[in-house]
Amino acid sequence: MLEKALVGSSRYKVWMAFLLALMGIGGLSYIQQYNYGLGYTGMSRDVSWGVYIAQFTFLVGVAASGVMVVLPYYLHNYKVFGKITILGEFLAVASVSMCLMFIMVDLGQPLRALNVLLHPTPHSILFWDMIVLNVYLFLNIFVGWVVLTANKKEMPPPKWIKPFIYISIPWAVSIHTVTAFLYAGLPGRHFWLTAILAPRFLASAFAAGPALLILLCLVIKRVSKFDAGQEAIQKLVTIIAYAALINVFFVLLEFFTSYYSNIPGHMDTLNYLFFGLRGHHQLVPWMWTSVVLGISAIVMLLVPYFKLKEGFLALACVMIFFSLWIDKGIGLVIGGFVPNPLEEITPYYLTFGEVLITLGIWATGFFILTVLYKIALAVREEELIV
Amino acid sequence: MDMKRRDFLKIAGISTIAGIGAPAALQVLLKGEVPASSFASGGAEEETGHGVAAPVGRRYGFVIDTRVFAKDQGLAQKCINACHRIHNVPDFRNKKDEIKWIWETGYANAFTSKSHNLRSDEVHHRKYMVLCNHCDNPPCVRACPTKATFKRPDGIVAMDYHRCIGCRFCMAACPYGSRSFNWRDPRGKDDKTGRYFIERKHLNKDFPTRMRGVVEKCNLCVERLAKGKMPKCVEEAGNSGAMIFGDLNDPHSEIRKVLASTFTIQRKPELGTKPSIFYIV
Ligand code: SF4
Ligand code: SF4
Repeated sequence: MLEKALVGSSRYKVWMAFLLALMGIGGLSYIQQYNYGLGYTGMSRDVSWGVYIAQFTFLVGVAASGVMVVLPYYLHNYKVFGKITILGEFLAVASVSMCLMFIMVDLGQPLRALNVLLHPTPHSILFWDMIVLNVYLFLNIFVGWVVLTANKKEMPPPKWIKPFIYISIPWAVSIHTVTAFLYAGLPGRHFWLTAILAPRFLASAFAAGPALLILLCLVIKRVSKFDAGQEAIQKLVTIIAYAALINVFFVLLEFFTSYYSNIPGHMDTLNYLFFGLRGHHQLVPWMWTSVVLGISAIVMLLVPYFKLKEGFLALACVMIFFSLWIDKGIGLVIGGFVPNPLEEITPYYLTFGEVLITLGIWATGFFILTVLYKIALAVREEELIV
Repeated sequence: MDMKRRDFLKIAGISTIAGIGAPAALQVLLKGEVPASSFASGGAEEETGHGVAAPVGRRYGFVIDTRVFAKDQGLAQKCINACHRIHNVPDFRNKKDEIKWIWETGYANAFTSKSHNLRSDEVHHRKYMVLCNHCDNPPCVRACPTKATFKRPDGIVAMDYHRCIGCRFCMAACPYGSRSFNWRDPRGKDDKTGRYFIERKHLNKDFPTRMRGVVEKCNLCVERLAKGKMPKCVEEAGNSGAMIFGDLNDPHSEIRKVLASTFTIQRKPELGTKPSIFYIV
């Protein structure tokens, strides 16, 4: 089926060439980083994880959110999602691939990555994260491929694939839970040391992931004959709105616990992020942008006037996606390191090279996604599109 | 009667599994170690997480007398320089790439949970030496996915630079900011000035230099202890009494005598990491 990705309209080719160019630039930057060391990035002794791990954390959520279409379809026989489950699964594949790439570029000694498997260390959450991510990647590629092959032959998917699909549902939850545990179990990092971190992760993921999925559906509708259908899209809108609302609620709970308890360690990071701490305001504009975008997007997704108009819907999805990206991608990861364990404040500033590598990986993700979608749509429509 | 006895055995069995087996199994899973003391014999003090671990085997530790350091202004810097020199700790001269094993910091920075606004000026302005605490229950070891950071039986938390993948999970896990990362090649030199990050004339050929991309920290001078020598910082402090080193589990050691007779504090004891470094303020 892969050959279907090789042909396409000129618009398709331009898009792929654009992604390849970004990937090339990212690759070159990575070579520079590889030769120089991670000092190439803006990370430091105090903020020892930066944009790479932040992207990884965010994208695990996008990957996990595939379950939001798989679950209703397979478990509740919600037929409307039938057309888009494969899109959800392939979005998960692309996101997990990006996660793994972000981990790789973040390693100081990438050639030793296999040490995690050669010296299995069950008390390290990172070990488990590696396992759940790779299994989830496998599950989604496998399920997607088998179902698609069956489609191509115009046959129903084989029965034996069902258990894999059912396993993939709790597995999606597990990848984001385990990723939350990377943070939530660390002593002395007050901002992360909260039992609600895993639910918060899931709530924000179930908003951000489907938002991206809607955007993708809208794009696909314009460039091909494939239409996910109004009902499916509106169902996703409901999911996003509720997940986003729950996420807001969870964040407010964090605020309550921190400020009502009045424990300095717990308030410091929130202060740093939202109001500035001891003269440091680096992230304040970002966080408020996230708040404003998030709240407005939720309103738009709830009001029929906006959510039924494609233009507004797309805008709202972009807004919520970006809002949650800031919240999790920037606030959560960087915030956890500020102030540091000695209560000193060290700001983190991205370097240009770091940005190029990040863009390169996103481009690779979209490249994978485009190829997979191209194949899936070509099979579904039984004719070449785009 | 027989039934009752069987029931009793069953209950006893289940409660043993639940009460002893499960925590021990969890312990192994979460911390990667079996507790030195069994649950039955672990005294109340250990359970609180504030005390010294059960006296099993050797466990090295320090007492740092900050009063002595306050009197002898240059002493701390001397100890720091000596440590960094013999361990080939590179100096990048910029905060972003900084590597340090032992350094001085303010009271509120070292003792974040013990700061209050009415402490004496003297205590407030004094500098405090901080380094890896060689915790008895080290979160850095728990977090490391490759066992590159590991705890030795004598309590020293050591590093295998050849195994470290540079994920820096241990840096996020250490609640004392004790770990540094080689953001760039420590063996290299400054492009502009040509200055080596490890000064050639100070290069210690008996101790390895590190490569880029791995984590490092104070190793409690394992290489010197193996030869029967004191840690370098203790040696530099000489007989000033500023640093007392010894086996915390030996009731007759000097360090235990000091601990028994003087009020000392640890950094962040509430986290349950059981630091092996005690401070006299
Ligand atoms: S002080 Fe930090 S690095 Fe040292 S043993 Fe404790 S947790 Fe590990
Ligand atoms: S950076 Fe090295 S020592 Fe630290 S957790 Fe990762 S592998 Fe272990």
